[in-house]
Amino acid sequence: MDRMPKWADVILIPLFSLFLAALISALVIWAIGENPLEAVRLMVDGAFGNTRNIGYTLYYATNFIFTGLAVSVAFHARLFNIGGEGQALLGGLGIAYAMLYVPWPHWTLAILGGALASAAFGAAWAAIPAYLQARRGSHIVITTIMFNFIAAALLNYMLVNPLKAPGAMEPATLSFPEATHLPNFQTVFDPLWKAFAGPEAATIFQRSPANVTFFLALVASVAVWALIWRSRLGYEIRAFGWSQPAARYAGYNATRITVVTMLISGGLAGMMAVNQAMGDAERLVLNAAEGAGFIGIAVALMGRNHPFGVFLAALLFGALYQGGAELAFWTAIPREMIVVIQGLVILFTGALDNMVRMPLERVFGALRRPAKPGTRSAQQGPAE
Amino acid sequence: MTQTAPAIELKGISKSFGPVQANKNISIRVMPGTIHGIIGENGAGKSTLMSILYGFYKADSGAIFINGKKTEIPDSEAAISAGIGMVFQHFKLVQNFTVLENVVLGAEDGALLGPSLAKARKELKALSEDYGLKVDPDAVIDDIGVGMQQRVEILKALYRQADILILDEPTGVLTPAEADQLFRILERLKAEGKTIILITHKLREIMEITDKVSVMRRGEMVGHVATADTSPPELAEMMVGRKVLLRVDKTPAKPGKVVLKVEKLDVTDEDGVHRVKNVSFEVRAGEILGIAGVAGNGQSELLEVLGGYRRATGRVEVNGQSIDLTGAHSDGQSRRARGIAHVPEDRQREGLIMDFFAWENVAFGYHHDPAYQKNRLFMDNAALRAETQAKMDRFDVRPPNPALTAKSFSGGNQQKIVLAREIERNPDLLLVGQPTRGVDIGAIEFIHQRIVELRDQGKAILLVSVELDEILGLADRIAVMFDGRIMGERLPSETDEGELGLLMAGITDTDQPHSVAEVEARLAYAGSDGSKGA
Amino acid sequence: MDIVSLLQVLDSTVRLATPLLLACLAGLFSERAGVFDIGLEGKMLAAAMVSAAVAFTSGSAWIGLLAGMGASLTLAAVHGVASITFRGNQLISGVAINFLAAGATVVWAQSWFAQGGRTPQLQGAGRFEAITLPGAEALSGIPILGPVYAELISGHTIIVYIALLAVPATWWVLFRTRFGLRLRAVGENPAAVDTAGVSVVTLRYAAVGICGLLCGIAGAYLATALQAGFTKDMTAGRGFIALAALIFAKWRPWFALYACLLFGFLQALALRPDVISAVAGFRVQVQLLDALPYILTVVILAGFVGKAIPPRAGGEPYVKER
Repeated sequence: MDRMPKWADVILIPLFSLFLAALISALVIWAIGENPLEAVRLMVDGAFGNTRNIGYTLYYATNFIFTGLAVSVAFHARLFNIGGEGQALLGGLGIAYAMLYVPWPHWTLAILGGALASAAFGAAWAAIPAYLQARRGSHIVITTIMFNFIAAALLNYMLVNPLKAPGAMEPATLSFPEATHLPNFQTVFDPLWKAFAGPEAATIFQRSPANVTFFLALVASVAVWALIWRSRLGYEIRAFGWSQPAARYAGYNATRITVVTMLISGGLAGMMAVNQAMGDAERLVLNAAEGAGFIGIAVALMGRNHPFGVFLAALLFGALYQGGAELAFWTAIPREMIVVIQGLVILFTGALDNMVRMPLERVFGALRRPAKPGTRSAQQGPAE
Repeated sequence: MTQTAPAIELKGISKSFGPVQANKNISIRVMPGTIHGIIGENGAGKSTLMSILYGFYKADSGAIFINGKKTEIPDSEAAISAGIGMVFQHFKLVQNFTVLENVVLGAEDGALLGPSLAKARKELKALSEDYGLKVDPDAVIDDIGVGMQQRVEILKALYRQADILILDEPTGVLTPAEADQLFRILERLKAEGKTIILITHKLREIMEITDKVSVMRRGEMVGHVATADTSPPELAEMMVGRKVLLRVDKTPAKPGKVVLKVEKLDVTDEDGVHRVKNVSFEVRAGEILGIAGVAGNGQSELLEVLGGYRRATGRVEVNGQSIDLTGAHSDGQSRRARGIAHVPEDRQREGLIMDFFAWENVAFGYHHDPAYQKNRLFMDNAALRAETQAKMDRFDVRPPNPALTAKSFSGGNQQKIVLAREIERNPDLLLVGQPTRGVDIGAIEFIHQRIVELRDQGKAILLVSVELDEILGLADRIAVMFDGRIMGERLPSETDEGELGLLMAGITDTDQPHSVAEVEARLAYAGSDGSKGA
Repeated sequence: MDIVSLLQVLDSTVRLATPLLLACLAGLFSERAGVFDIGLEGKMLAAAMVSAAVAFTSGSAWIGLLAGMGASLTLAAVHGVASITFRGNQLISGVAINFLAAGATVVWAQSWFAQGGRTPQLQGAGRFEAITLPGAEALSGIPILGPVYAELISGHTIIVYIALLAVPATWWVLFRTRFGLRLRAVGENPAAVDTAGVSVVTLRYAAVGICGLLCGIAGAYLATALQAGFTKDMTAGRGFIALAALIFAKWRPWFALYACLLFGFLQALALRPDVISAVAGFRVQVQLLDALPYILTVVILAGFVGKAIPPRAGGEPYVKER
C-alpha cells in the first residue's frame, strides 16, 4: 500500500521542500544584512508589478518550460538529461542557420521553421549520448555533461569564426532578417488593450521580451502531456521507465525508446532557442542558453515531471529570475541570489527528498493508525 | 552434556518488514558442537532469523543468548566478536579483490595492510590444511567458481575465529560434487568443536548431515526434533502444514493439430552458460503440455525464447510457420502477432508494471491493439478502463477497481489481471510460467479452471511449473527438464511423483545410477537452484 | 620551437594541471567509495572564494587555505547527508551543490567586499609564492637540464608540490592501508563491508570528507596561488575536467596524474596558439583544445578505446536487502 495519499506526494512534499528552500534563502538574505521580507516584496513587485515586469517573467518562464519539459520527458524513461544546456545551445545554432540562410516570407512560417531547426539540432545533440547509453552502456549523465562543454566550445568557435557578423567586434551573428522577427506581447496585446481601454491607456508589455513563443511553449506542454499520458509512445516510455525487465517481456525496444525519448528531450531543449534567439535577441549571441538548461532540472523536479507542474514551476522560476534581477537593481543583493535559491530547490526537492518525505510519511502513518490498533488494543485489553 | 549452555539461544524473536511479519515470536536452542538444521519453504523466515542473529537486521523484539550469556547484536561487528560467522546465500565478496583481501577485509591487524596480509596468508594456509579448504589466496574472486567463492566465505568466518557458523542455503549454487565436499568440510568443522547452523529447504540435506532440526513455516517456528527421531514425510508435513490436495476437474484432452513445434533448441545465456540443450517437443491444439523440473534447469530460458525475449538457435514453428529466434522479429510484440500469449513466471518483475494502474496493465504488451486507440494519435483510455472493469468482473479480481495501481492488489489478484489480459486475447498458444506461485488457495483453483477452459476451446498450452502437484493435476502430457535437456515425456495417468522425481534428478531408465551416492549427487544437482524441493 | 617556449608551455601545464589533479584525486576518493560526485566544481569554487576572502582579511594564504578547505568540507557534508544518510540521488545532489556554490560565492563576496562579487587583489603573504628549489640559480647555466630544473621543476608554489605528492600518497593509502582496502571494498560491494563488521556509513563519510578537503586545496590554489583573488565562476569547468580525467584514468591514482597533465597541457596550449602554429604548421582552433578533454572522455566512455568501468556500487545508496 502507498504510505501516503497521492495529493500529499504531488503537492505537499514539493511545497514543503519549497518552504525549506525559501527559509534558508531568507536566512542567507538576512545574513548579508538585508531584510528578507522587503526582498520578497521587491521580488514579487519586480516579477509582477507591471506588465513590463510580467512580460519579463513570462519570457524567462518560456525558456524554463522548454528546458523543464525536456528534463521531464527524459525522466519518464528514467534518463537523467543534464545536457539541456548544450542542446539549447545547439538549438540556437539551428535557428541561426535557418534564419540567416532561408528567406522566410513571414514570421508565422519562420517560427515553424525555427522550431523545427532548433528541435532538430537539439535532438541531434542528444542523440549521441542516447545511443551511447543504449548500446555502449555509457552513463548518460556523464556524457551529457561532456556534451554541454563540447557544445559551448563548438558555439564559441562558430560565433568567433564562420558565423560572426562581418566587421563586428563581438562574437554574434548578423541580425536575423526583419521578416523573421517574432511579434512580442506589446505588438500582440497592446492594440487589444487600447481597443478595450481607449487609445489614451498606458501601453502594456512595453520593452518586455515576452513574445509569441510563449504560446509555442504552451502548445509544447500540452503536446508533452498528450505524448506521455495519451500516446502509444508515451505508454512505452513510462513502462520502460518503471521496469526495464517488464518492457523486455512486453517486447518494447529499449534502444529505440532510449534514443527516441532523448531525441524528444533534446528537441524540446533546443526549442528554447526560438524564444531566446528569434523572440528576443533576433540574432545568435554567445552563451545564449543562459543556464536555462540547468534550471530545467529544478523546474522538472519541482513540477514532478508533469507538464502542468512544469508550467507552474517555470512560472515560479521565471518570477524568481525577473524578481531577482529587480532585487539586484534596488538592493545590495546580487543577482546570483537566484542561483542560490535554484540550488536549494534542487537540493530539497531532489537530493533531500527523503528528508522531507520520511517525517511526512510518519505523520500520515500516525494519522491513519488509530483505526486499526485501536481495535486491537480493545481486544488485548481484557487479556492483559 | 545436559549442563552445557546452548551455544545459541534465541527467545521470542519478532521482525516485521513494513506490513509483512517475517518472524513471529521465534525461540530456538542450538547446542554446541552440533549441526543444527533449520528447514522451511521459501519465505518461511529462515534467512531473516539468521540475519538477525548475525546483526544484519535488527529484531523488533526478543533476546539473544550466546553460550548462555545475553548478548546484544546491533551489527555484524558485534556478531563477529561474539564468535558468529555467516555464509550468506548471496555471497558478500568484493568481486575484484583477491581471496586474501576478502578474508582480511574488516579483520585487519593494524592500519597498514602489509603485515595483515602476510599474517593472513600464513593463517589461511593453516586453515586450508586443517579443514581441507584449498584455495589460491591470490586468485581474484571474479575468476573463481561459486564453489570456491563459498570456501572463501567459510574461510572468512574461520579467520575471524568463529565458533558458530551459519550457512544459508549453501548448496543452492553448488554442483553435486561440490555439495558433497562441503558436507565433508562441515563434518570436519563439527569434529573440531564448531557449532553449525544449516539453513535449507532440502530435506535430503537435513537428513544427511544434521543432528537436530527446527522447522519454520510462514514466519513461525513449528517444532524442533532430533534428526534421528524423524523422517522426511514428517518434516515435509511440518514444513507445508496440511497437505493441500490439488484437484482439477477436467475431461480427457482431445488433441488436434500441432500448434507449437520446437526442434533442436539451444540457448546460451549472456554469461556463456549453456541453458537449454537440444530440446525438441510439440504441443497440440486442445492439450496442456506440462514441463516439470527443479527450477534453474532451463525452463525459464525456454519460456523466454518462446516469449520472444531471449535469443536461441534451432527451429520453432507455430501453426506450421517458423518464428524468428535471433533477428529483428524476435520480441514479445511479434510473438503476440503470431498468436502467442505469455503469462511470465515473475509477474511483479515482468508481467506487470507495478506502478501502472490496473487499466494500464491490461494494455501491457497489447497497447497497439486498434481497440485501444481513440484515433491515429491517441489511446482510448476510457475504452481501456471499461474493458478492464469487464475483465475484473469476469475474473473476479478484488477489489474490482481499474484505477488502483498493480502493487495495491494481492498476489492472486495480480495474477488474475495478467491471466485475464493474456487468455482473453484468444491466443493459439498460451505460455504459462508458475501460474500459482505466491497465490492464495482460492485463486489457485480459479486460475487452473481458466487454463483448462482455454484448452477445451482447442488452444495449445505450455505450462511450466516447479510444483509437481500442479503439473500432475493440469497437464495432459508431462515433459521433465533436467540440466537443459528434456529427460522424457510421460502421461499423467501412467506415472507418479516417484518416477517424475527421478527424471527431475536426471535419472532415466537407460541411465541407471551405479550407486546410492550417485543418486544423491544427482538429486543435489537437480535441486541446485532456490526452488521448493519438497 | 625554441626551448624557452617549450618550457613555458610545460611550466604552465604543471600549474594548470595542479587544480585538476587535486580535484581529480578528490573525486577518486569519493567515487572509489561508491559516492558519485559531480559537485567537484562547486566545492572548488566555494573554497576559492572563502580562501581568497580569508587570505585577504587575515593576510595569510595558509589561513585562507584552511578556511577554503572548511568551506569545501561543508559542501561535502551536505553531499554526504543527502546521498549517504538520506539515500538521495547523488547526481542531483551534485548538481544542487554546484548551483549553491556558484550563487553563494558571489552573494557572499559581494556582501563582504562590495566589489562586484570578487575579492580584492591578494598581495604578499595573502598569496602562495613560488618556491625556488635549492640550486636552481646555480644550475640554470647548464644547457637544457639547467633551465628544466630552474623553470619547470623549481619555481612553483607549495600547493603544486603538495598535489604531486598527493598522487603517491593516494596510491599508498588506497592500496597499502587498511582504510584503503575498506574504502575500495565499500565502493565495490558495501554489503561485504557491512557483513565484515565495518560501518558503511562511516567509511563513505570519510571518503566524502577527504574529497572535500582535496577540493578545498584545489579551490584555494586557484584563488591564492594561480591567481590573486576570487572572481565569479573562476573554476570555469575545471571540476568537470577533473571528473573527465577521473574517468579517463579509470579511477586509478597514477593514471589520474597522467590524465590531468594531458588535460593541463591542452589548457596550456590553448593559451599559446602561436606555439601550436609554430609546431604544427597550421592553426589549431583554441575551442578544439577546450573541447578535447571532453571529447576524449566521451570516446573512453563509449568503450571504443578500453572500457571505463566505474566502481560497481557507485551511485547506489546502500540499503540492506528489502
